[in-house]
Amino acid sequence: MTDTAFRPTDEAQLVELVAWACAEKKPLEVRGTGTKRGLGAPGNAEHSLDMTGFTGLSLYEPAELVMSAGAGISMAEVEATLSAQGQHLAFEPPDLNALLGTEGPGTLGGVISCNLAGPRRIHAGAARDHFLGFRGVSGRGEAFKSGARVVKNVTGFDLPKLMAGSMGTLVALRELTIKVLPAPEAVGTVLVLGLDDETAGGALSRALGSAHEVTGAAHLPGSLLAGSALPDALLSLGKAVTLIRVEGPSPSVAHRVKALRRELSDLGETHALDSAASRAAWAALRDVKPLVEPRDRAVWRISVAPMAGARVVESVGKVRPVEAFYDWGGGLVWLATDEEGAGKGTGERDGGAQAIRAAVAAQGGGHATLLRGSQALRAAVSVFQPQPGPVAALSRRLKDQYDPHGILNPGRL
Amino acid sequence: MRMPEPDAAVMGRRESIVAHLRRIVPGEGVISSIDEMRAYDCDGLSAYRQLPLIVVLPSTTEQVARVLAYCHKNGVKVVPRGAGTSLSGGSLPLADAVTIGLGKFNRILEVDLPNRCAVVQPGVTNLAISNAVAVDGFYYAPDPSSQIACSIGGNVAENSGGVHCLKYGLTTNNVLGVEFVTIEGEILRLGGKHLDSGGLDLLGIITGSEGLLGIVTEVTVRLLRRPETAKAVLMGFPSNEDGGDCVAAIIAAGIIPAGLEMMDKDAIAAAEDFVHAGYPLDVEALLICELDGPEVEVDHLIDQVAAIARDHKASTLRVSTSEEERMRFWAGRKAAFPAVGRISPDYMCMDGTIPRARLPEVLARMREMSVKHGLRVANVFHAGDGNLHPLILFDANKDTELERAEAFGADILILCVEVGGVLTGEHGVGVEKRDLMPTMFTESDMAHQQRLKCAFDDGHLLNPGKVFPTLHRCAELGKLHVTGGRLPFPDIPRF
Ligand SMILES: Cc1cc2nc3c(=O)[nH]c(=O)nc-3n(C[C@H](O)[C@H](O)[C@H](O)COP(=O)(O)OP(=O)(O)OC[C@H]3O[C@@H](n4cnc5c(N)ncnc54)[C@H](O)[C@@H]3O)c2cc1C
Repeated sequence: MTDTAFRPTDEAQLVELVAWACAEKKPLEVRGTGTKRGLGAPGNAEHSLDMTGFTGLSLYEPAELVMSAGAGISMAEVEATLSAQGQHLAFEPPDLNALLGTEGPGTLGGVISCNLAGPRRIHAGAARDHFLGFRGVSGRGEAFKSGARVVKNVTGFDLPKLMAGSMGTLVALRELTIKVLPAPEAVGTVLVLGLDDETAGGALSRALGSAHEVTGAAHLPGSLLAGSALPDALLSLGKAVTLIRVEGPSPSVAHRVKALRRELSDLGETHALDSAASRAAWAALRDVKPLVEPRDRAVWRISVAPMAGARVVESVGKVRPVEAFYDWGGGLVWLATDEEGAGKGTGERDGGAQAIRAAVAAQGGGHATLLRGSQALRAAVSVFQPQPGPVAALSRRLKDQYDPHGILNPGRL
Repeated sequence: MRMPEPDAAVMGRRESIVAHLRRIVPGEGVISSIDEMRAYDCDGLSAYRQLPLIVVLPSTTEQVARVLAYCHKNGVKVVPRGAGTSLSGGSLPLADAVTIGLGKFNRILEVDLPNRCAVVQPGVTNLAISNAVAVDGFYYAPDPSSQIACSIGGNVAENSGGVHCLKYGLTTNNVLGVEFVTIEGEILRLGGKHLDSGGLDLLGIITGSEGLLGIVTEVTVRLLRRPETAKAVLMGFPSNEDGGDCVAAIIAAGIIPAGLEMMDKDAIAAAEDFVHAGYPLDVEALLICELDGPEVEVDHLIDQVAAIARDHKASTLRVSTSEEERMRFWAGRKAAFPAVGRISPDYMCMDGTIPRARLPEVLARMREMSVKHGLRVANVFHAGDGNLHPLILFDANKDTELERAEAFGADILILCVEVGGVLTGEHGVGVEKRDLMPTMFTESDMAHQQRLKCAFDDGHLLNPGKVFPTLHRCAELGKLHVTGGRLPFPDIPRF
């Protein structure tokens, strides 16, 4: 329950606030525009620390491929600024508003803190891979910086990596420095129709193992085409669609689309999407649009070895009804299932956690995160993949080092 | 170089430590004779030498875990060591520490092409991974110049880069998982064949931790398909400014080359004299731009690069027309270090990074410093990402030259920080740049880095004396009064 919202606008205020919270042992919910409040375990902070007072671009040098901005800068502003120079955030951060039922532009600080990445993850890396440096205030109320504005930097420990994905539990990040890249001139997508999940996994593996520099590799079963933003003509066929994306200069994209269609023609009927249609389709996959409805289902984000994705879905499907689609060449499974157990009315309510995690373990390991779930479900199951003892102990020691009083987003990770 | 005072009590217990270690690692795996230990007395930064207390060469993760647990329990320091090619003294032994060599961990455990990854032991060399999958058309992208010798475990510990990391990233962007042993002897598995495990990114912070957090005993790396083709453009410019502007213009045009390397006049002359690569000798700066990928794309972009070069007054402009010619363009760049070694009895390789736009200014200031210190400097650098490798020429047998070279090197690195860059782009801090850390970081910045160390190794047993100029006791860190002021640094020891 949040009582007061503090909104500092400079470092001195931020230090003072965190130092106060430290001294008084008052937990703070560190937040941007709140679009990702539903991610992670539900927090229980009394007050909130609103970081949207830290805005503005302090550095943007397109030719140096770098920008620095306040953590509270809106993603819309970041994207508009970069696109005016023909650049973008190559890790393709998703907009999860539709899925999570939230509203708001989202902030750069939120995207980095959750280490979110879209379909291009397999080619360009995640948010963590583009996060070069930061300034912030640790849970001890001390201001410090880490990293730098250059990409090539191994001076001291790589603390930006620790911050990416820490969900605001260690440090209130005030300013972030990010690597930016040229946006591709053209995009093309090859579609293969009618493959089952397992065969699609093999097709994606072939495409990713080719020399065509594939930057997106996904598979949608026929039942999930609604919300996919694919052209109507394809939707009406009702067949599963396997999508393979290439990006770059137009002649290169055209050439590679042709080559991929030829190389995959033994698998089934192929189609191609032009730049505009490609952009729409990949944005929908990135934002998990196919699983938005019905809203009362739990949605899991499962990361496994690419070839294991289809097998995980198959084995979970044996014990409860599921719907799933695949990204990252099969390695990222978006899976929706009822919050209640297979035996409806038994009161069992784990959203499939046990079955999913057993399947992941049986397929060589990985992790399953509950991305969307009711407050009750998120409180009842472990939202994140439970960690082995020594890893959990180390993570706890890290939390104690940076936030010994547990005042920053307690309970979130 | 001031190293932590050796612990006389530990050194006094040497015989008993040897006996205990022999119980864990039988036979030849424990080396205690002075003669045999000499092979381990330095790494690639050979100006510094020190015999270790003992060398242990375990061959299983379990042995590593037991050795570490023993050292932890008995307060014995540990220095992890891969192939010993570090250029920053990262694996420099300590008189009171056990050097743990990973040389026996030399097996490739699994190649999994459908999942595009390989699981290897840390002692496998960087190049061996690419060689193992070459027949299938795959490779491991990060390619340090030392790839024939350096180990993948060392690459993880140093977060090593190479000429192709502009497009393909550093080690940290290409490692999927590790098995890792803590100083307590706990075995952790982080990551795997999947991407982005949730929770705190322990894999990310272990990468680049210079052996200060634990020992890596297995690595899962990402494999990539070999690009369909690669072509290079060789460009010569009448001034460093023109060369620098051309680099900026290529990137600004939205082109990310696979490699973008620059050499200054002295480096060109030394390289040409050594390998006869056909470099022009009448230019101030030479640029090699390599593009790789699908053939149509490479052909398309190479024309654009050539046009940009023309616009930037390139006086030499050659596009490779065959694989042989491409290799010849590279031959001089790749031989730059040994080439400089021929014209000078000794040289010191620096490794700062700067914002690219400051290149001409930094080169000009470096020339002034060269006059001031009375020593020559040749420059090769990864121009695409601003990572400089100035080679300072000196003769260690001549009075004061080593000291002058070290002072010159420190001046260059301080300049890198001053223009917005960093002390080290890929070689690591080690002992070499340790005492310069306060030029880049405040006391609070460093305290927050040490907090990481405290979570992993609060007794400071792992690789002490490296990276941090002073290691505060973990309990004392909590009492630090941070005033926003910097550590005073008038008396920085010149490494
Ligand atoms: C001629 C030459 C060219 C070079 N070119 C490049 C280059 O282009 N790019 C580049 O980045 N570097 C380069 N280097 C530097 C060096 O090769 C790299 O830093 C390399 O990664 C070191 O690997 P190594 O196995 O030799 O490690 P070592 O030198 O043995 O150790 C390096 C550090 O890693 C730690 N360490 C080693 N193994 C482990 C392990 N298993 N677990 C935990 N810690 C461990 C050590 O304690 C030490 O701190 C070059 C060096 C030379 C001599």
